[in-house]
Amino acid sequence: MNWLLEPFGYEFMQRAFVVCVLIGFTNGFLGAFVVLRRLALMADALSHSLLPGLAVAAIFVGLSPAGLMVGGLIAAAIVAVGGQMIARSSRIKDETAIASLYIVAFAIGIVLIRYARVRVDLDAFLFGNILGVADSDLWTSFGISVVILLSLMILHRPLLVALFEGSVARTQGIPVTALLAALILMIVLAMLSSLQAVGVLLSLGLLILPAATMYLLSDSYQYLSWGGAALGVAGAVTGLIVSYWANIPSGPAIVMVLGAAFILAYLFSPKYGVITRALRPRHMHEESLGRWPKK
Amino acid sequence: MSHHLAISDLTVSFNRIPAIHHLTLTLPCTSCVGLLGPNGAGKTTLLKAIAGLLPIETGGIAFKGHSVVGAHRPGKSIAYVPQREAVDWDFPITVQGLVEMGRYPALGLWKPFATADREIVDRALELMDLSDYASRQISALSGGQQQRAFLARAWAQQSDIYLLDEPTTGLDQNARTALMQVLHRLRDDGKLIIASHHQLSDVPELFDEVVILNGELVAAGATDSAFTKENIDRAFETRVFSGSHEH
Repeated sequence: MNWLLEPFGYEFMQRAFVVCVLIGFTNGFLGAFVVLRRLALMADALSHSLLPGLAVAAIFVGLSPAGLMVGGLIAAAIVAVGGQMIARSSRIKDETAIASLYIVAFAIGIVLIRYARVRVDLDAFLFGNILGVADSDLWTSFGISVVILLSLMILHRPLLVALFEGSVARTQGIPVTALLAALILMIVLAMLSSLQAVGVLLSLGLLILPAATMYLLSDSYQYLSWGGAALGVAGAVTGLIVSYWANIPSGPAIVMVLGAAFILAYLFSPKYGVITRALRPRHMHEESLGRWPKK
Repeated sequence: MSHHLAISDLTVSFNRIPAIHHLTLTLPCTSCVGLLGPNGAGKTTLLKAIAGLLPIETGGIAFKGHSVVGAHRPGKSIAYVPQREAVDWDFPITVQGLVEMGRYPALGLWKPFATADREIVDRALELMDLSDYASRQISALSGGQQQRAFLARAWAQQSDIYLLDEPTTGLDQNARTALMQVLHRLRDDGKLIIASHHQLSDVPELFDEVVILNGELVAAGATDSAFTKENIDRAFETRVFSGSHEH
């Protein structure tokens, strides 16, 4: 057991552990709603479009968490709303519109970040550095987790109806558009909370992979969110330990561990796994005989 | 006293082309109404307008004496059963979970499921002959069962009006009979069922009342009196305005 405990003898690893638990749980829980709404590509777009906002914040106010958050939120909002506007006012479809905007935003971000007031390591922004987690990052992650989890627990009934059947939800007076906007806001906040740990680009993995794995394992949306949260924590902590021993960056390690779980579920899920299904007998011969009257 | 759904002077149009033109109609509860007419006659449009899914241009719709359009959304009293293609069947939800959704409007954000709610859910499953399928994921049902699952949710929501768009399409004889049995059960429970329907041969067996449309109202009333060859011919002969020229 020593190999398991030894890493956590260091203070920076203890902090990293706490951050992993927080962002693993929150992203895993939120990911269920992202997968149900098929917002994975939207989330990818948002993760890229954070960069120029972070860069502008770094230029004007340095690297304070509040500044980064405001900058990231504004940039993501411009891309999300702008994409919808282009899609509605022209013949371009929405996924093309959003992809066009986010990749341009990303390019602008890469250029802007060179003008930051403090020296900013682009790699750290893109891929994270969990060992550099400061107290302020811990509190930011904690605050964001509380806001997101409370909102999802309060709103889960109307959200579920809105995600399942938007039009029916509208007839019941559920504010579907406002709920979706709130969901997108939560996605951006969750990404900002995992920024220090896994970076802009890999934050998508923490959000999508646990829920995608649970989607292959369960027919119940409750398991999707709670199971996603549990899997998110397990994956993030495992990834952290792997990164310590294998001496590789923590962000990629966490995403690879979660990715391995996803592939395993795809292959071996008891109900939906491709290999499980291939190995199953063609039909339930003995059990089925009773359906027909004896000759 | 029986309640009524009162539609008065209703017009709904798409790009200035009316799909329903100044329609006035009263439908009583405790009846099963067939909505008949050629393609493009406005059957789906009428169902969606009643459900509050489409903006209306003129007129109004009232139930129990209260308007159910615009700001006065029908809420839980009117249930629209979506066409099969409109549903994400892979959504991770069981039949039981789907029917429980019907209790959400009554429970709001917080209230936990009480014994009374569970009883309503169980009763809804029983009424729709789905008790044995409660724990199945919704894609693991046959077409008829899927439709009954949505009806069970509507019943759990304690809706008074049930709107169905071509419910018998794609169902075999057994499934069709089972669906009609549960619809008649709902009618006998005091509900108003309105279903669009394209097959004319089985109308007398299924519906107490018919509404025959071709953009405007051709005929409405008890099946015995309104479902005549003359009315049907009138509905299907008139060319529905297609909007290919300026209005």
